[in-house]
Amino acid sequence: MSSNGCKGIWVFAEQRGGELHGVSLELLGKANELAQGIGCAVTAVLLGHNITSHAKTLVNHGADIVLVADDPLLKHYRVLPYSYVIEYLIKEYQPEVLLMGATAMGVELAPRVAAKLKTGLSAHCIDLKLDREGKLLQVVPGWEGGVIATIACPAHRPQMATVMPGIMRALSPTEKTGQIIEVKVSLTDKNLGPEVLEVKTEKPAGRPLEQAEIVVAGGWGVGNEEGWKTIEQLADVLGGSVGATRPAVDEGWVEEGQMIGQSGKTVRPTLYIAVGISGVMHHVVGMDQSKEIISINTDANADIFEVSDVIVVEDFKKVVPKLIKEIEARQKVCK
Amino acid sequence: MKRIIVCVKPVPDPKHWHKVSMDPVTMTLKRAGIPSIINPLDKHALEAALSVRDIRGGEVVLLSMAPPFATSNLKEGLAMGADRAVLLSDPAFAGSDTLATSLILAAGCQWIGDFDLVFLGNFSIDGSTAQVCSQLAEFLHLPNVMHVIDMKWQENDKIIIIQKIEQGYVKLEATLPVVLSVRKELNKPRYVPFTGILAAESKEIKVLSNEDLGVDSSSIGLEGSPTKMAGLELRRFERAKERLAGSIEEIVAKLADKIYQCNIS
Ligand SMILES: Cc1cc2nc3c(=O)[nH]c(=O)nc-3n(C[C@H](O)[C@H](O)[C@H](O)COP(=O)(O)OP(=O)(O)OC[C@H]3O[C@@H](n4cnc5c(N)ncnc54)[C@H](O)[C@@H]3O)c2cc1C
Repeated sequence: MSSNGCKGIWVFAEQRGGELHGVSLELLGKANELAQGIGCAVTAVLLGHNITSHAKTLVNHGADIVLVADDPLLKHYRVLPYSYVIEYLIKEYQPEVLLMGATAMGVELAPRVAAKLKTGLSAHCIDLKLDREGKLLQVVPGWEGGVIATIACPAHRPQMATVMPGIMRALSPTEKTGQIIEVKVSLTDKNLGPEVLEVKTEKPAGRPLEQAEIVVAGGWGVGNEEGWKTIEQLADVLGGSVGATRPAVDEGWVEEGQMIGQSGKTVRPTLYIAVGISGVMHHVVGMDQSKEIISINTDANADIFEVSDVIVVEDFKKVVPKLIKEIEARQKVCK
Repeated sequence: MKRIIVCVKPVPDPKHWHKVSMDPVTMTLKRAGIPSIINPLDKHALEAALSVRDIRGGEVVLLSMAPPFATSNLKEGLAMGADRAVLLSDPAFAGSDTLATSLILAAGCQWIGDFDLVFLGNFSIDGSTAQVCSQLAEFLHLPNVMHVIDMKWQENDKIIIIQKIEQGYVKLEATLPVVLSVRKELNKPRYVPFTGILAAESKEIKVLSNEDLGVDSSSIGLEGSPTKMAGLELRRFERAKERLAGSIEEIVAKLADKIYQCNIS
C-alpha cells in the first residue's frame, strides 16, 4: 500500500475449471495504467481450489499483490460463497477500485458484491480513467449519435465497474516479483446456495470473431433472413467473419456471439464492412478501432458514415450481390 | 407452490429509439411520448412463471417499478395469464440506479410476501446492465442464478437449472426460494389469448407508493443512488469519409478496388 492514502486498485481474477479468463489479464493491464497516474498498488483477487499457480501469471501481468483464497468450497464458482469472500476481503483491505470482467460469471457476481457493500457499479464500461482525487471515471456510450457519457461513484467505495472481454489490452508478461498472500476464509456456517452438479465447456470451433482480418457486419437494415444470406456470402468470398448489431441478433438472423458493440464483442479488423447499420454509439464502440471502415446505408445522414473511410449511399440489395460477383470474378483472374 | 413473482420493466419501444435522448444532468432517459413495451426478456420470465404454475399451481404476481403509464404494460402481462400485478410508483423512485431499483423491488417482493420463486429477464434492452437479479436477491437474502436456459423439477421441490456460460453450461441444483433470471433460449412466450385480454380487465393492478413500502428515502431515487452522471462528451472520428459515386456498376468496381487496397483478399 502506498503512502498517498490510496488503498489500491483491485482486479477480480476470474478462473473457471482452473483456467484463467483472459479478461482478468486485460483488466490488470488497465489497472496498471490507472495506478501509475496516482502511484498505488494493483491487487489481483484469486478464488478457487488448487489455483495458486495462477498467482505468478497474475504477477507477471502486472499484479503487485495477489490475494489467494483457496478452499474446496470455492472449487466451482457459485455466487454466494464467492461474494462472501470478496465482501470479506474488501472490508478487510478497503480498496478504492474493484474491476471485473463482464463475463457470465462477472455479471452475476459483481452486482451481488456491490449490493453487499451498498456501492455503485457501472456495467460494460468502454474505458476507465482515474482523476487526481482518485475518482474513477467510468466511460459508457450515450444514446445520441457520437455521445459518450461518464459515470462516477463519488461517495461510496470501492468504485466498481465491469468491462467486456477484448476492450482493454493486457500487458505482455514479463518476469516480475509480487507479493502473494494466502487468505483464510471460513464458509462452513454459510448458506452457499445452489449446488454445482456439472460444468461443461467446449472450445469454440473456428476462428473467433475478434481475430478476423475482415468483418462483414449487418444490421436491422438487412431486413430479413434472405438479406442476411448475402451478408454471409460476402463474408465468405472475402474469407472474413460475420458480425451483427443487436436488432439482427434479436431477429434471430445470427448468433448472439457475433454481436459487436458495448454489450457484445470488440473487434479491430483490417477491414470492417457495415451493411444496413445506423451507427448508434452502443455498436460503434465495438468497431471504431478497425483499420478501414466501409459502410453501405440508404440514409445519407446515417451516423455510421461519421466513422467510415468509404461511404456508399445505396440500397445494399443493389450493391452487395454485384460486389460478391465482382470479387469472385477478380479472384478467378488472380488464380 | 405458493407464489411466483415476475419482475417486468417497461422499456422504450426500440422502433422509436432514435427519439430517445439522455438528460445530461440526471443521466436518466428522456423518453416522453415514446411508446413503451414490456422488456422482451421479461416475457420469457413470465412464460417461465406461467409454466411453473401450469404444473405446480400457485399464483403469478407481476411486479414493476415504473411511472403510472406502466399499467398498460402490466395489463399485457395479465392478459398473457398472470393473476395480478403490483406497480411501485412514486416520484421519489425516479432516477434510481440498479442498486436503488433493486432495493425498491425487494421491498415490493416483501410486501407481496410468501413467494417461492422470483423470475426476471436476464437484462433489459434499454439499460443492459443485467445487475438487478443479483442485487434483488442480495437484498432478499436469497440465492440467485442468472443466464437460465433450462429448468426441470425434481422431487422435494428441488430444481435442476441449466445456466449458460461462455462456450458451455453449468448444471445446478437449487432449492426454493430462489431468484432466477432467464435468457430467451428458456422458452417461447405464449401469445396473448383473446379471452386473456378480456380477463385482464378484471384483474387487480395494485399501485403502491413509498408510503406503503417504507424504503429508507436516503437510499432511493437520484439522490440515493451511488452512481452519478459525471459528464457527456462528443466523440470525434478521424475518418476519410470518401463517398463513392456513379452507377451501381461503377460503385461496385470502386468498392472492390478499395477492398483489394486493404491487402487482404
Ligand atoms: C445499454 C445498451 C447496450 C447496447 N449494446 C449494443 C451492442 O453491443 N451492439 C449493438 O449492435 N447494439 C447495442 N445496443 C442497441 C443499439 O442502441 C442500437 O439499437 C443498435 O446498434 C442499432 O442497430 P442497427 O444499426 O442494426 O439498426 P437501426 O438503428 O435500425 O439501423 C438500421 C439502418 O439500416 C439502414 N437501412 C435500411 N434499409 C437499408 C437497405 N436496404 N440498404 C442499406 N441500408 C439500409 C437504415 O438507414 C438504418 O441506418 C445497445 C443498446 C443499449 C441501450
